[in-house]
Formats: sequence, C-alpha cells, structure tokens
Amino acid sequence: MSDTDPREEIVEHLPALRAFAISLTRNGAMADDMVQDTIVKAWTKFDKFRPGTNLRAWLFTILRNTYYSNRRKTRREVADVDGIFSGNMAEKPAHDGHLQMAEFRTAFAQLPDEQRETLILVGASGFSYEEAADMCGVAVGTIKSRANRGRKRLAELMQLDEDEAMEMTDTVTVGVVSRNGASAF
Amino acid sequence: MPEDQRDAEINRRIDENLRKVFQEQVEEDLPDRFKLLLDQLRKQDGDDGEDDQA
Repeated sequence: MSDTDPREEIVEHLPALRAFAISLTRNGAMADDMVQDTIVKAWTKFDKFRPGTNLRAWLFTILRNTYYSNRRKTRREVADVDGIFSGNMAEKPAHDGHLQMAEFRTAFAQLPDEQRETLILVGASGFSYEEAADMCGVAVGTIKSRANRGRKRLAELMQLDEDEAMEMTDTVTVGVVSRNGASAF
Repeated sequence: MPEDQRDAEINRRIDENLRKVFQEQVEEDLPDRFKLLLDQLRKQDGDDGEDDQA
C-alpha cells in the first residue's frame, strides 16, 4: 500500500461537486445519487484521469455527463424540483438578504439546464470559458452565448434591467421588486 | 449610465449572487453516505480484486 493514494484528493472536491449537482438537478436526492455515481466512476476509472490536469474539472465532467445521459434516457427536460417555486416571494419587498437570495435561486432554477450549468461553471466556480467548453464538449462561442443568454434572462427575471434597480443600495443589490408591481412600460 | 456599462454592472451583480448561492451549497455538510462509500471503495481495493464477489 502506498503512502497516499492520488484518489484521496477526490474527497477535497466533494463539497463543490455536490453544490454543482444540486444546481444542475435542482433536487437534493437526485444530486446525491449523481455524486455517488460520480465517486464510484472516478474511483474505479482513475486511470482515465490525466495527472497534472484539473481534477475538479474532471469530476464535474463525469457528473454532468451522467446527468445528461440520464436526461436523454428518461426523455425528461425538467427535473423534479424540490420546493423551488414555493412561497409567494414575488409579493414581498426584498428588503433583506434572505428574501433576495430566495428570489435569485427561484429565478436561477427557471433557466434551461445548459444555461444553469454554464453560469455555475464560469460565473460561480471560476472556470474559464475554455475550460467550461472543454468540460461540456462544445465550442467556446457556445459557452459564451449560453452565459450571455443566462445572465440576460436572470436580469429580466430579477428586473435588474430597470433603471430604478440600479439606484438601490448594496443591501438590496439584486433589487427585486414585486413582479406584480410597477411595469416598466 | 451608458448601456454597456450598465450591462457590465448587472452581470457583475449576477455573478456575485451566483457565487453566493454556490458557496452556500459548498458549505453544507456532506451526507455520511459519501464517507461510507469511500470506505467501501478503499476496502475493495484492499482486497486486491481477487474476490470480486464482494
């Protein structure tokens, strides 16, 4: 037995891997099953990992490939979402951070899988457009366009495109007002 | 504010929120099942693959 198995490094990436799975599936139970699958695949096929490359990127790639291959099998575009759309958040003014983040999560959950995935990779996890393109098996231009469309849609859902939102203070950074409230036109 | 500057500001805020949402999830405790799974995988390797029945 050697001193340190290089596979032990997988453990360090599990919290991020699970966060990615939750963002992608929007369902805690499904996310955990996918993390489990990914751990088994990564552990048993570690010889496929090229040493010196990004282990986190490799794990994320296994997980997203599993997700899309399951999605194709079940022919289901939209996963079961746990309580993402519950509550009447839109009717309450977003004067505190918790409400604001709940609104953001709700908006984010409405994006198509590919846009959500791209925004998590390049917007939240710090992967470059090139790395994300490699992980998703698409051209860099495709990743850029998914990121742009995703950000634009989030801005619309959060009504960030209204001028008044830009005047809000930092505590209401992502200025959410009632969706039923004042329309821009 | 010029439009492209405004867009850049909006994108900056969106990415800030993305990072926050993601970070909250990263900080959640991992379920025990993953620790148990890793123990199982390590144990399997220890058996040296001679009895695959396990």
